[in-house]
Amino acid sequence: MKTLKIEELSKNFGSTEVLKKINLEIDEGNFLVLLGPSGCGKSTLLNIIAGLETINEGDVFIDDYNVSKVEPKDRNIAMVFQSYALYPSMNVKENMIFGLKQAKTSKEKIQEQLEKVSKFLQVDQLLERKPSQLSGGQRQRVAIGRALVREPRIFLFDEPLSNLDAKLRVEMRREIKKLHQQLKTTVVYVTHDQTEAMSLGTNIAIMNHGVIQQNDTPEKIYNKPSNTFVADFIGSPSMNLIKGVLKENSGDLLFKVSGSNLEIPIKDYDFKDKSNLNNKEVFFGIRPEHIFFKKFNESDFEINLRADLSEYIGHEQIMTFDYANQEVLAKFPSTIKIDLGKETKLYFDLTQASLFDAQTEERI
Amino acid sequence: MQDSLKSTSYQQLEQKSKYTNMFLRWFLYFILILFASYFIFPLYVMVVTSLKTMEEIRQGTLLSWPSGLNLESWAVAWGGRGYGAGDTFLRPYFWNSIKMVVPAVFFSTFIGAMTGYVLTKWRFKGDQWVFLFLLFGCFIPFQAILLPMARTLGVLGISNSVIGLVLVHTVYGIPFTTLFFRNYYISVPTELVKAARIDGAGFFKIFFKILLPISAPIIVVTVIWQFTQIWNDFLFGSTFSFGEAAPIQVALNNMVLSSTSVKEYNVDMASAIIAGIPTLIVYVLAGKYFIRGLTSGAVKG
Repeated sequence: MKTLKIEELSKNFGSTEVLKKINLEIDEGNFLVLLGPSGCGKSTLLNIIAGLETINEGDVFIDDYNVSKVEPKDRNIAMVFQSYALYPSMNVKENMIFGLKQAKTSKEKIQEQLEKVSKFLQVDQLLERKPSQLSGGQRQRVAIGRALVREPRIFLFDEPLSNLDAKLRVEMRREIKKLHQQLKTTVVYVTHDQTEAMSLGTNIAIMNHGVIQQNDTPEKIYNKPSNTFVADFIGSPSMNLIKGVLKENSGDLLFKVSGSNLEIPIKDYDFKDKSNLNNKEVFFGIRPEHIFFKKFNESDFEINLRADLSEYIGHEQIMTFDYANQEVLAKFPSTIKIDLGKETKLYFDLTQASLFDAQTEERI
Repeated sequence: MQDSLKSTSYQQLEQKSKYTNMFLRWFLYFILILFASYFIFPLYVMVVTSLKTMEEIRQGTLLSWPSGLNLESWAVAWGGRGYGAGDTFLRPYFWNSIKMVVPAVFFSTFIGAMTGYVLTKWRFKGDQWVFLFLLFGCFIPFQAILLPMARTLGVLGISNSVIGLVLVHTVYGIPFTTLFFRNYYISVPTELVKAARIDGAGFFKIFFKILLPISAPIIVVTVIWQFTQIWNDFLFGSTFSFGEAAPIQVALNNMVLSSTSVKEYNVDMASAIIAGIPTLIVYVLAGKYFIRGLTSGAVKG
């Protein structure tokens, strides 16, 4: 039994297709992050799961029960919003128990839940306060508390941290992580922040233009992006994508850029399909953090590139190199001194490299 | 040497700017006082005249001070002279106006709040057209709808009655009240409504429990606006009612324009003030909120 299952879901606003045949499954206790640029449909998908938006095609199942036409309050879900959406005229206590009261829960049960949750979230001292008298972090806690008291099957989070300042955001992120570890509830979490997605999710679904590009564990998403969009979207700076062709040379495969004698051997790469590789136009993908200034692994590939630009950002520096008129970025500790305008010896960790078809932009 | 030279010239400049500032300040006060007197002057004349006897009015000037607190003309304006025919006084019409204004303000405000709530939080296909047509209602010259409205009231059997006026004022208040509430609610995060829906609250519960409690500023604005409009209305009152059912503004007109006897300026002035007092009270009591409501922005949750 899947806690949440979405089948062939499509949604359009007028003539704009927002979601195109989405399929998604979440196991009990998993933390799924919907990640993507703004306008990719991730919030719409969340609203559909909540029942706040109607569906054009497809179905949503919670615990194998089709809830597509079920009212939000009867779906056994709770949602935390970006603007917290605390009821301004009610104090913290009234905010937290509003849902239970609507559901005609007994007074004793309400009191019990309120005490338990407010202690757990450390808001038990704030119960009489109005939302306007709370700090951003406290409001966020109360909003989470309001979701918790209902003991839902699924928690929905809609960019809950993006209204907080940078420091508080990191703190609250840890708290949400802790919360999930302790309660082991199923969560669907929408964000456009890849760090949040990586650190929180047990699964990440990357969306673009209403399509799920890749749904995997954070490690897989980072190491084996399924297409150039995912490769480019995840990581900062994002993965270097060098355009070139694959050449077969007496049984060995080489990556070459036309008009340059630079070539990179492709040896133990895990191809999906080994046929027709010769002369294939590809993107060679390597992350800035997998380019080294000295040999770390025996298999590292040595290459000479000209350093063009250095960006110092404190604990590290981002260097831009020239690879046959294509930019290649690398991330080094800021203590390393590299002369600009000169050829520099670099080492590519080829075990971390990715190859994408230049036409379809899919991983090969 | 040079230093001291410099410092004297700075001192001179400082002096000069001080005088300029002082002059500008006094000039500013002068202008303000001038404008204030311009607005206060008619009120002064009204109050002073209402306290004079006819004798004093004939002999004194417009601005002269009354001899004492002579409230007789106020009593006449409010309660009449006590003889039968032709004695017009304001009391019954004042209550007519109250009976008209209270329900009309209540219903138009309430309906406007509801409409604003629907137009912002329960969007439906074509809602912007509905809003556009409602806005259109704000710009219709009311003279244009007098005849069809008279017919409608006739068909409904409520012409020449306070109820008829309540209906007319409610209907023509809705475009304005809707505009006010719609503009206020549009700044209220829609996520509040979503949260309440997930919590299990329905259409009316969300309105009464979540939105209405945070609408105080805009309710005040709307009430003041509607109260002033309806209380001061003369057009609808004079068209759709006469005699016993007339509101105070119509009665005031009849009283002042009745050519039966000598013009009693003191009574006229007292009547005019009586007719204006309720709006004044509303402004004084709620004016603070009026400004706040007009300028209030997003509601932070």
